[in-house]
Amino acid sequence: MKLFDYARADTPEAAVQDMSARFIAGGTNLLDLMKLQVETPTKLVDISRLDLAEIEEIDDGGLRIGALVPNADLAAEPRVRERYPVLSRALLAGASGQLRNKATTGGNLLQRTRCGYFYDTHARCNKREPGSGCDGREGFNRILAVLGTSEACIATHPSDMAVAMRALDAVVLTLAPGGDRRRIPLGDFYRLPGDTPQIETVLQPGELITHVELPAPPAGRQTYRKVRDRASYAFALVSVAGVVAVEDGKIASASLAFGGLGPMPWRDAAVEAALVGKAPGDAAFAAAADALLADAQGYGENDFKIPLARRTLIAVLRELTEDAA
Amino acid sequence: MHFTINGERHEADPDIRASLLDVLREHLQLTGTKKGCDHGQCGACTVLVNGRRINSCLTLAVMHQDDEIVTIEGLGTPDDLHPLQAAFVSHDGFQCGYCTPGQICSAVGMMDEAKKGWPSHVSDDLAGDVVLEDGEIAERMSGNLCRCSAYPNIRDAIRQVWEGAK
Repeated sequence: MKLFDYARADTPEAAVQDMSARFIAGGTNLLDLMKLQVETPTKLVDISRLDLAEIEEIDDGGLRIGALVPNADLAAEPRVRERYPVLSRALLAGASGQLRNKATTGGNLLQRTRCGYFYDTHARCNKREPGSGCDGREGFNRILAVLGTSEACIATHPSDMAVAMRALDAVVLTLAPGGDRRRIPLGDFYRLPGDTPQIETVLQPGELITHVELPAPPAGRQTYRKVRDRASYAFALVSVAGVVAVEDGKIASASLAFGGLGPMPWRDAAVEAALVGKAPGDAAFAAAADALLADAQGYGENDFKIPLARRTLIAVLRELTEDAA
Repeated sequence: MHFTINGERHEADPDIRASLLDVLREHLQLTGTKKGCDHGQCGACTVLVNGRRINSCLTLAVMHQDDEIVTIEGLGTPDDLHPLQAAFVSHDGFQCGYCTPGQICSAVGMMDEAKKGWPSHVSDDLAGDVVLEDGEIAERMSGNLCRCSAYPNIRDAIRQVWEGAK
């Protein structure tokens, strides 16, 4: 691990004073990457004691989640279990009990890909070392992306939590150096890799996530389905966060987000448009899967993700609409 | 740096980069906590910080100077075993024993989570009572690997203590 300066911040305003610093809270991903020298920050600002660990009700019927709320606490929060079960389920499907106790809401959004070439400092990786090339495209790419990839990068975003939050239309609240505060819909928060895969979000240097807001709970049923190589403690090959409401025999609303497929929690309005107004059934579900995967591209070992995503989406849609009015 | 470990105050002067695990083992000679993968994948380094189980390899020691840390040395002694230590012995919950301190610290934290009613990935009902049957214990303990594969006996040991505590 490279040497760094360490300071503890007492307030969010103090934390954003130094634009060259990296924030550390749970540290479960950052320290792992620092040990491997994938990440080499020269200054760490410890934000773990900031007063950002509360979950509060907001006026529109939603919840405001402090950036330091641990994943375990968010999953177990009674209001989340009751009103946003897709989020509890997604969190509980990720990592281990020890990691969920430490990993934070803000940090989870910013965790880095688990592409093996990103972790292997002897391999070429445009995300880790821009311009060096990508060993994933023709390498061991079984876990890598099939949607939203670029010539430079085919990595996936690893979070389960962010997939559920994407389906729930979450909004990221930030504080920038100088004091500006922003509200960034999660749908605008991540960037496609393009030719700059090292830039993963729209956050500016030194900008701090302070909260994540969930709007009022959506109508309909919610579920999170994750397919992985082990029954527990493994990243998603494919995951689906689904919220679907059925009224009078027709799908009234649908919100679907996907993990394991792309460089960000993936959501495509065409998938939902293929469902809304239709009678629930395999014809509509197949059309939704066609819309999702129209531009999907496999790279060999990960070709299986395309039919797997199709089947997982259809299974989720069946579950969410079965016996619905 | 100063630390409160197993109710006692300790001083150490490690490199700023030191993990909590390395300070426990290399600076304070509390070698019950084990280093396995050093990347948060195996759980051998599990300790309790403010009552919660965490991977001590994936956190900086400097960040824990104001916390209450409990290691395996703080749970029981050879003459006065923690109920989980006794249950691991009576159920053959280990072979080589390397993962055992982490398994036991993790199980202490896990049972506390279950007492609070926290659901798991395999819970059918997010709001239901927690019943620690085999599937629930396996899921909640999946952050602790045992390469000797003593899992069935580890589950039995944990379940016995859980049922005895109810």
